[in-house]
Amino acid sequence: MRLTLRVWRQPDADTPGAMVTYGIDGISEDMSFLEMLDTLNEELILAGDEPVAFDHDCREGICGACGVVINGDAHGPERTTTCQLHMRHFKDGDTIDVEPWRAGAFPVVKDLVVDRSAFDRIIGAGGYITAPTGSAPEAHATPVPKPAADFAFEHAECIGCGACVAACPNGSAMLFTSAKVNHLNTLPQGAPERETRVLDMVATMDEEGFGGCTLTGECATACPKGIPLPSIAAMNKEWLRALRAAR
Amino acid sequence: MFMALATRGTDHRPSMTRTLWGSTIGKKTVMAVSGLIMLGYLVAHMLGNLKIFFGPPEFNGYAHWLRTLGEPVLHYEWALWIVRTVLVVAVVLHAVCAYQLSRRDIAARPSKYVHKRPRAAYATRTMRWGGIILALFIVWHILDLTTGTAHPGGFQPGHPYQNVVDTFSTWYGNAIYITAMLALGLHVQHGFWSAAQTLGAGSATRERALKTTATALAVALTAGFIAVPVAVMTGVVS
Repeated sequence: MRLTLRVWRQPDADTPGAMVTYGIDGISEDMSFLEMLDTLNEELILAGDEPVAFDHDCREGICGACGVVINGDAHGPERTTTCQLHMRHFKDGDTIDVEPWRAGAFPVVKDLVVDRSAFDRIIGAGGYITAPTGSAPEAHATPVPKPAADFAFEHAECIGCGACVAACPNGSAMLFTSAKVNHLNTLPQGAPERETRVLDMVATMDEEGFGGCTLTGECATACPKGIPLPSIAAMNKEWLRALRAAR
Repeated sequence: MFMALATRGTDHRPSMTRTLWGSTIGKKTVMAVSGLIMLGYLVAHMLGNLKIFFGPPEFNGYAHWLRTLGEPVLHYEWALWIVRTVLVVAVVLHAVCAYQLSRRDIAARPSKYVHKRPRAAYATRTMRWGGIILALFIVWHILDLTTGTAHPGGFQPGHPYQNVVDTFSTWYGNAIYITAMLALGLHVQHGFWSAAQTLGAGSATRERALKTTATALAVALTAGFIAVPVAVMTGVVS
């Protein structure tokens, strides 16, 4: 496959960036999008140019490290992570625009790499349970009703990649935060901090400068793990409950 | 058993009102509740308007009854003023929250994507401008048919039937009203559904029911309100 890539290049956070056009040839349709970028980088390095910086880690779609906006879609045209997106979803001769996540709370570090540590601070505000460390407890010691387990697991699938924020016209982190809150608040292990968790995580989300939710649904469409839009309503319900309960 | 409870929950918490007003979810809750209050009023208003099809005595009599509602406990027009006060508070809270949240949302996405593609449904994208159009419409509507300041021809207090016919006998009266009612339908369609999500009523199983209710409300309100100018234009009401 022969492709034309238009990639966002930005040397550092303080220098303005721009889209730069690259031609690339010999791309196999079995390559992942990241392998295609690897190929581009090999050519750039051989030519003595600076390679395109992008985040990646497991390349199995489970770590949440990778993620770029491809032709205006977070993670590209398929519902998966950028590393699991294959070049067979593009046609020979296509022009592909590659941009970093865009959000005030996710400043660009370099090229396609953004600083997502705001997510870490949201997790730090309550995305954990309080439990004694040491040997693992007996798994059947705490019964979990099947519907609660299913609901929690659906939200535990969130890998924190940030595609929801990138896709949202308001740069809102509501889907991410709701995934974490719903995951832990549904389980008995998360019950002791049920109220403080949602209040503190939402407060931190707001402090980090993420926008509010206007229910455009872009986040749920972009989410590679299929966290559904009603998760946000479930978190709103938890938040309003906590507001009344945490008296 | 010792557990380290190093959560922020052990600190002093701000008051409920402060938390509500200081949070994006809280402000959206204020918008949802004020929006639902206005929506409830609109349904009653639209149904009341339809009494115009039963002739001047019934329509004017209904308008008079609104002023004597609650008597003798309430004084003349008190019920109406209570409703007006609630509505003004709802409109102001709704607008202030919308303004503050919009500013925040725009600031949260400072740089746009180079590759543009259409995002979100039309009703969703037009919430802000739709809201501004509705606010301007309300000002004109009150000046036209409540105070009579901007009324075409002689405004007659106590004779709403004739006043309505006068307004909808002008081309601009029809144009402003119908445009605003179409904007209202779009605003209600996304607004009702959003309010339900914000108040936590949304779930995977209720998704379809909520969307259907939102669309039904939007269509019923728009059709019900537009029926009046259409009836005047076609001579059904004169």
